[in-house]
Amino acid sequence: MAIDPATELAHERPGARDDDAAPERTAGVGPWRLAARRLRRDRVALAFGALFLVLVALCLGAPIWANQIAHTDPYKNHLTQKIVVDGKRTNVVSLDGIPIGPTWRGKFFLGADTNGRDTAVRLLYGGRNSLKIGVLAALITTVLAVLLGLLAGYLRGLSDTVISRALDVIWAYPVALLAVALGTALSLGGLEIGPIHVSGDSMLIPTLIIAVVYVPYMARPIRGQVLGLREKEFVEATRAQGAGPLRIMFTEILPNLSSTIVVFFPLMVANAILLEAALGFLGVGVLPPEPSWGNMIGDGVEHILTGPHLAIVPGLMLVITVLTLNIFGDGVRDAFDPRARIHLEH
Amino acid sequence: MARFIVRRLLSMLVVLFLISILTFLIFNVIPGGDPAIRMAGRQPDPGQLERIREEWGFNEPVYVQYLKTMGQVFSGDLVSYSTQQNVIDEIGRRLGRTFALAIGAAVMWMVFATALGLFTAIRAGRVSDRLLTVLALVGVSMPVFWVGALMNYYLGFKAGIFPNGGYVPITDDPVDWFYHLIMPWTALSLLFIGVYSRILRSNVLDTMHEDYVRTARAKGLSERRVLIKHVLRNSLIPIITLWGLDFGAVLGGGAILTETVFDLQGVGQYAAESVDQLDVPPVLAVTLFAAFFIVLLNTAVDIIYAVLDPRIRLT
Amino acid sequence: MSVVEPLLSVRDLEVSFRTEEGVVPAVDGVSFDLAEGEILAVVGESGSGKSVTAMTLMGLTREPNARFGGTAHYKGVELIAASDDELRRVRGAEIAMIFQDPMTSLNPVHRIGDQIIEQIQEHEGLPDQQARERVVELLERVGLPRPAERVDNYPFEFSGGMRQRVMIALALSCNPSVLIADEPTTALDVTIQAQILGRIRALRDEIGAAVILVTHDLGVVADIADRILVMYSGRIVEQGTLDEIFYDPQHPYTWGLLGSITRVDRPRLRRLPAIAGLPPSLAHRPEGCHFRPRCPHEFDKCPEVPPLESRLEGRPHHRDRCWLSPEQKRQLREVSAGQIGLDPKAGVEANERRSGAGRRA
Repeated sequence: MAIDPATELAHERPGARDDDAAPERTAGVGPWRLAARRLRRDRVALAFGALFLVLVALCLGAPIWANQIAHTDPYKNHLTQKIVVDGKRTNVVSLDGIPIGPTWRGKFFLGADTNGRDTAVRLLYGGRNSLKIGVLAALITTVLAVLLGLLAGYLRGLSDTVISRALDVIWAYPVALLAVALGTALSLGGLEIGPIHVSGDSMLIPTLIIAVVYVPYMARPIRGQVLGLREKEFVEATRAQGAGPLRIMFTEILPNLSSTIVVFFPLMVANAILLEAALGFLGVGVLPPEPSWGNMIGDGVEHILTGPHLAIVPGLMLVITVLTLNIFGDGVRDAFDPRARIHLEH
Repeated sequence: MARFIVRRLLSMLVVLFLISILTFLIFNVIPGGDPAIRMAGRQPDPGQLERIREEWGFNEPVYVQYLKTMGQVFSGDLVSYSTQQNVIDEIGRRLGRTFALAIGAAVMWMVFATALGLFTAIRAGRVSDRLLTVLALVGVSMPVFWVGALMNYYLGFKAGIFPNGGYVPITDDPVDWFYHLIMPWTALSLLFIGVYSRILRSNVLDTMHEDYVRTARAKGLSERRVLIKHVLRNSLIPIITLWGLDFGAVLGGGAILTETVFDLQGVGQYAAESVDQLDVPPVLAVTLFAAFFIVLLNTAVDIIYAVLDPRIRLT
Repeated sequence: MSVVEPLLSVRDLEVSFRTEEGVVPAVDGVSFDLAEGEILAVVGESGSGKSVTAMTLMGLTREPNARFGGTAHYKGVELIAASDDELRRVRGAEIAMIFQDPMTSLNPVHRIGDQIIEQIQEHEGLPDQQARERVVELLERVGLPRPAERVDNYPFEFSGGMRQRVMIALALSCNPSVLIADEPTTALDVTIQAQILGRIRALRDEIGAAVILVTHDLGVVADIADRILVMYSGRIVEQGTLDEIFYDPQHPYTWGLLGSITRVDRPRLRRLPAIAGLPPSLAHRPEGCHFRPRCPHEFDKCPEVPPLESRLEGRPHHRDRCWLSPEQKRQLREVSAGQIGLDPKAGVEANERRSGAGRRA
């Protein structure tokens, strides 16, 4: 078919721009950079994130406080001691068992507990424990949840059935009951799996329990996401290149889960800290004399009639810590999935 | 539909079975878990231990013990190791309290969460939204037993506005019954209100930008109608399913902490006390009981979801 | 030409949005009239502001971060500054809209019959039975098979084309005077496209509603539009009757649009011509004429904003926004003439005669 010469000429537009000389380069911004940018703009989330770090630093500095300012340790009880309060010499713990309240001074800054121990010192040491447990448990949960979610979601078939059933069982088990049951059983005899011996009063016990209890909470959404991702073309493309399932799972799918993981993590830490408190309250978490916010609250509630500060102080500390994590976590979630979309293209 | 229900019931049984095994294992197989020693108390002599083992059958292989215990659960003969009471009877006695707590709280948190979620979504970005969101987050960050204990102390013990824990059966005095439950309901609800209102807020904000909401506005409908019939109706669907799960959990005695703090003597508290004494039968029974409700509500929720959202076809 | 009061009169409409990147002007001074019963096509690429213009007429772009300017008069009501109550009275009953994506534009958990009845009841408060009868009749009119049965179905039980017909039925349910169709066929198969467009035109003929048809596809327009507005980057760059635009296009952007239509009756081209470059980012527009960076004929007057006016003798309603003189335009257009079936030597009249009656079916 003859081509009309006029149409040929049409392509040579006189003075037409060279397509390659793009006037401005719009730099491609990936989802991580975008999220980071948005997070940077979220003052409130950043402020609370910083506050969390301050609290962590405070707790990590427990020995400094204990040695330099309070001159005691978290285990020593000063039942029979007297100190000067408002010019008067008073018992640390009165004869009818009522401990002193906050003195706002170096020693017994936040008062004493019924055993005559320095609350402030215990608070900071307890914080160290609670935070350690919280973060470690969240890490373990994350690793397990991602692993199980990936395997179940990608491999499907038998693996999926087995893993999902197991997750269902843990999920259906009332959380508190499961944690308490495991806590009680394990704290008595410890844990022995083959060569691994964990003694009953190790802090690893509540850590592991908390970690396991929360695995379904995170594993299920991850599994759901993996189910969706495995159908995407880029996975098919990699499969066509001859990649095996393991490689696909870890090099293709896992990176796409990263935003979910990042959003979940602060919340998992918050939940872990709360569950540790519940366990401590019921007496099966961190065992005395080792302090944790949980067992301090438990003690405080038990002796609330002698002094509400015993319950209020550790509780408040915990609430503030968890709150900072929640607010920061919220900010992270918003950064990855903003609501403020402008609808220009309809 | 019928096939779906049958399949879910079967899977329910499987899960319950697995849970019972898990519970049994936790207490009997984990090292350090010789029930005879626990039962005998301090410094038992070997004769005592042997007698206990004989009487309770602890010498038999685990699976035999398991089958015997399960048999007892279903025949209603289950007896506690420590109190020698009939466990099933005890649960029956405490059922009403747990139900009262669960149902009241579930209604309370749903109502408040819906109102709060909708309100903050409509006023998204404004001061009232931020403030209430922070409050909701505070609610989520507080351990329920701590809040409960403080409420009990300040409002109950000191101010005397509310009773200092305890439970009054509705048959005795409905007003007092209600009065005693207000604080427990509130304490339990705070957490859920925090969680649910934020999920609802998120759903509502998503839904508000859906095309069909734009169509609804283009129809000239009043804003209120658009919000309720289109936005809320669609946003609540995922919430209902979550609510069902949590409701199932507290119904079966999952509100251990609240019951303990307010001394309601419900099923959950029974379990907690039993765990403390390493008393397996009540723990087993309560666990099964709670799990049963969770799984039951799970199934019910799936069915309700299909009713609410016609796109879901139950196979 | 009789001077009839236009049904809708838009003057200097401006819409801008506050975003993370600053203030983005989506609609930048748009003015046009809509006569009773006419089909007005608004054509442009993504980002041209055509949808925002249409939505703004119904107040559907009222968000906290939106800013408006200008006026839109409809039957004595000024729509841009109207109160929510006034708008609600207009929506559905006077001005109705058909949206682009029928999949998502209907509420998935309500039956379609209920969704149409809802609009009828809001404006007319008929007894249930009567409302339902009207709905069934409407569904039949838009060509839905077995309307009496299907009125109780849910949206997911229909195909895309069917759903769009339901949307049309919904739009017509209160006998509006203006129908705004926002890319009604974009989400549908090409084969269904013709049916839907035919339906729209037939309904216009039947009930005499005016139609604003928003689209990016000139092919869609060629069959049913009376007049065309070509929009680019928030502004109208050319407007005129269907013949004027197709046979005597004045603006280089319009040439590009027309040139990129594939035609069955022309010799096949080696490469489909495309307009060089990309539409400008809404936040960073060039000064003066927005089309400058992509226009092969830019010259030194272009940094000044060209006014939208008629530069042709005897055709006061054929306006464009290009500084080039009509002679220059004719010359430059010759080059691309062959593609669009234009006889470069003749004018509109000659080409009108050439096209024949086929188009005016």
